[in-house]
Order: sequence, then structure tokens, then C-alpha cells
Amino acid sequence: MEKEITKTSRKPFPTHIIVFIAPAFIIYTVFMVFPLIDSLRLSFFAPDGQGGAVFVGLGNYITLMTDELWSDRFWNALWNNFVFFFINMIVQNPVGLLLAALLSARKLRFRNSYRTMLFTPTMLSVVIIGFIWQLILSPLWGIAKGMMTFIGMEQFFMPWLGLESSALIVLALISVWQFIGIPMMLFYAALLGIPEEMVEAAHVDGANPWQVFWSIKFPLILPSVGIVSILTYVGNFNAFDLIYAVQGGLAGPNYSTDIMGTLFYRTFFGFQLQLGNPTMGATVAGMMFMIILGGVLLYLYGWQRNIQTYEV
Amino acid sequence: MVNQSSSSAWQRWLTQTVLPHVILFGYTCVALFPIFLVIINSMKERKAIFKAPYLPPLPDTFSLEGYATVIERANFPLYFTNSIVVTVVSLVLILFTGSMAAYALSEYKFPGNTLLGLYMALGIMIPIRLGTVSIMSIVVSMGLMNTLTALILVYTAMGLPLCIFVLQEFMRQVPRDLKDAARVDGASEYRIYWLILPLVSPALATVAVFTMIPIWNDLWFPLILASGESVKTVTLGAQIFLGQFVTDWNAVLASLSLAMIPILILYIIFSRQLIRGLTSGAVK
Repeated sequence: MEKEITKTSRKPFPTHIIVFIAPAFIIYTVFMVFPLIDSLRLSFFAPDGQGGAVFVGLGNYITLMTDELWSDRFWNALWNNFVFFFINMIVQNPVGLLLAALLSARKLRFRNSYRTMLFTPTMLSVVIIGFIWQLILSPLWGIAKGMMTFIGMEQFFMPWLGLESSALIVLALISVWQFIGIPMMLFYAALLGIPEEMVEAAHVDGANPWQVFWSIKFPLILPSVGIVSILTYVGNFNAFDLIYAVQGGLAGPNYSTDIMGTLFYRTFFGFQLQLGNPTMGATVAGMMFMIILGGVLLYLYGWQRNIQTYEV
Repeated sequence: MVNQSSSSAWQRWLTQTVLPHVILFGYTCVALFPIFLVIINSMKERKAIFKAPYLPPLPDTFSLEGYATVIERANFPLYFTNSIVVTVVSLVLILFTGSMAAYALSEYKFPGNTLLGLYMALGIMIPIRLGTVSIMSIVVSMGLMNTLTALILVYTAMGLPLCIFVLQEFMRQVPRDLKDAARVDGASEYRIYWLILPLVSPALATVAVFTMIPIWNDLWFPLILASGESVKTVTLGAQIFLGQFVTDWNAVLASLSLAMIPILILYIIFSRQLIRGLTSGAVK
């Protein structure tokens, strides 16, 4: 047996390893890694007017951040994206945690039915969800208005999606409504992993469920809190579909719902009167890359290394 | 004294049994009501949609005119076929090539093993969308613009990192003795991989679920790489159709329902396995 193993590992040319890895490696490299690197490279070039490209260093990035034609749109999209992320973070994750905590309670009846039903919106396409909410909030159909009348708050109804002041918030809440299933499931799985005896012991010591949750369960699921946060961050800074489906490529009204994804789409692909610009598009993508990479690194080195993980 | 303890038991029953159900049921309504509303109204005549939106279709308000418009004006069966082809082929490619790579990375020690593992894992956190500018020029230069092949290749690349990462973990847990016994019996390395594969099938199912949903629901790549009528996926087809028929409420509600119902049926059938898959990854 020993001999067999040494023989295998001493083979001069392990063809089978290459056969195993090559297909995945090639597809992944050609369609993911290479385009990412090539797109970053492109962001340092500008068209020279004769079909070629000239190296401009950080020129495109400086244009994007300071040139009048670009900077307004860029800073607006970046700010909106942070607002979008912030709302997702403070609404989606706490509510997801609450639902997960309730779902993971012992002796809960209809657990499976609740779980299945609560996860349903997450399965559906963002485009479909966007349209459904557009219909529900529409003053034409009057569903939202009817609901508000029912609870006696009719005077507060407004066509929120059409107002600059509220459109972004409403879109963020639609996003929360759809994706709440993901933090819920991740927290739920983590809560199920907590050994029964630990909770039991705390109960015996006279702790109430609230205390048990915050002093025993929550510290144990901290790693999931980190994962959920970074997933929300990456997902939000890469978002596009919802805004495009509800507000169109111009992310109206008056760019108030424009985020990095929609800005990238318009810049690269063009929209209506605006012509597509691949190198500036690559520059916007480069910015998004840095924002996302920054978040991921902060998570890996700032959060994951410093929180205490308890082995259970 | 007796009174007090019974009132506190009453209170406990309220906060620990009733309250959770109130919250969970309340949120379930919030989650399902919009979907429900669209489906019931899609089967009503226009007047009833506005006059009594909360009522289910009754004999005198029942109408399928919206569905008729959708079937006449949009090729949903084709869109569905396209989406199914793209999702299934990508999924098979991801699971097959991904499991092979994961097997090699977890089984053999070779120089650069860890580095290669890290390289393949990079794509978990960095969205593939950011490379769109170059992806488009690659697709154009390969002559794959407006083909389902382009989407399949891009989605395969998109799904591979997570697949390899998850499967590697699971394949490490397969007992060594099993593989060594097979080797003693003279099985080739390829044969051993094929023997290991069924042992990690729960993990394959988890990966399939995680990978399938974003592919089916994606709007970005169909919009940019395959927007021709014959290659439209359901997501893009619905988006364009909805944009054109905004004012035709029957058609809008019907097309939304058509795009949702197949997914909802599949979800109801497979929800148990699916949710087990979603939670097993974390619990193990």
C-alpha cells in the first residue's frame, strides 16, 4: 500500500491532474480572470480618434472624478449606492436575523411552511419583482393607496417611485423585501448549528430567551454576521437589474436612483442619446472593482481576523 | 399567588408561542401578498382589476384576455426554452468541470496547489460583470454575439469559483482508505473520481441551487450579449415585453404570472431539498 502511494506521487508527468483541472481553469481564465484584468488595462487607455487607443495613465479616472461632464454623475451614483447599501444593511439583516431567530426556536409549529414561504421572493427574478412593486405602488392601480386608506394614513400616500426624494429608498426596500431570504437562511443555518446543551444550560441557570439569544447565540453566529454583511456589500455595489427594470437605464427621476451598475451600463453600452464608451466604461468598472475589493479586504483582514470564533 | 403564577404562565405563552407566530405569519403575508395579488388579477377582466383588486377571479370577472395578448405578441415558449437550455447546460458544465478541478485540488499534492486553489476562489467575491467590456469583445471576436453559447460560457465561468470552493471541502472529507482501496484494485484516477462523485451528491445539489438561481434570473448578460429575438431568455423577454405593454394591464399581469408560475411550481416541488441544500452548506 505504502509503495503504491509513493509510486503515484513520483510519476514524472501527472497527466490526469492536468486533465482534471484544465477545462475549469481554461473557461474560468478566458471568461472571467482575463476579462477582469483586460478591462482594468483598458481603463488606462483612451481612443485616439483613428480607431486605435493611446495610453493615458490615470487620466480616465481623473476625468471621471473631476471633469464636469462626468463627475456629477459619478459622485451621485457613488453616493446613491452607499445609501442603497446602508438601507439594505440596516433593514434586511436585522429583520433577517429576527425571522431566523424565530424560525430556529424549538417546538415551533409550521416551521417548514414558514421557511418555504418566506424564501419565495428570493427565488424570483429581480425584473419580475421590480414590476410587481411598480404596479402595487402605482397610483393608477391604487393598491398601496388603498392599504394606506385602510389604516387611516391616506394623506401620506405619494407616488414614491416617481419622486426624487423617495425613489431610491423605496427601491432599496424592494431589494430588502426580495433578498431577505438570504440572510435569514444563513443566520438560520448558523443558529441550528448551536449545540442544544449550551442553550439548555443557560435556561437552567434562569436566563430568559432574550438573554439566551444575545449572550449565547448571537456571539456564536458572529461569523455569519460578517458573511452576510460582505455578501450584502458586494451584491449592492454590483446591483443593476432592479433599477434598470423599474426606472430604466436613465435611473430616474433625474438620476436620483442612479447607482454604479446603471452608470456602468450607460457609460459602456450607451443609452438613448448617449454613445457607448468602452474605455470610460472600463474605468467605471475599475472603480467598482476597487470599491468591492476594498470591502472584501476590509472584511478578510479587519473582521474575520479579529472576531473571536468559538469552536462548537 | 396562584393567580400571579398563572398570569405569568399566560404571559409566557403569549410572548413565546403566540408572538413568534404573529410575526412570522405577518411577514409571510408581506412576502406573498404582492405575488398573490398579481396572479389573481391576471385572470380577471380589466374593469375588475381596478374595481376589486383583492377579490379572486369570479365567474363574471374571469377573463384570460391578458394571456391571449401575451401568447399572441410574445414568444414566451421560446424564451422559456432558451432559459432552460442556458441554465441546464451551464449547470452541467459547472458541476462537471468544477467537480473535476475540485477533486484534483483536494486529492493530489503538487507544486502550486494552494495557489491554484486561491486563484480559482478569487471569483467568489469579485463579480464577473466588472469584466463585461472585455467579455463583449472576446465574444464578438469569437463570433458568438447573440448566441446562447456566449451566455453558457460566461455563466460557466461565473459559477465555477463557488462550485470548486465548496466541493473541495466536501471531497476532502471522503475517507482516504476508499480511494486507496480502489487504487490497489487497479482503478485509474479517472475511475476513482467517478466513484467519489456520488458520495458528494448533497454538496453537488447545494452548489446546483446556489448557481442556478442567479443564472436563470440574470438580466445583465442577456441584455448585452444576447438580445436578439431568437435568443432572448425569459428574464430579458419579460423585461422588454413589459416595457412595451406598460399600459395594457391585463397583458402585464399575465406576462408577470407566466414568468413566475413555472418557477413557483418547481419551487413548491423542490423546496424541501432546496432549503436543506441551502442550510447544509453552513451546518455540514
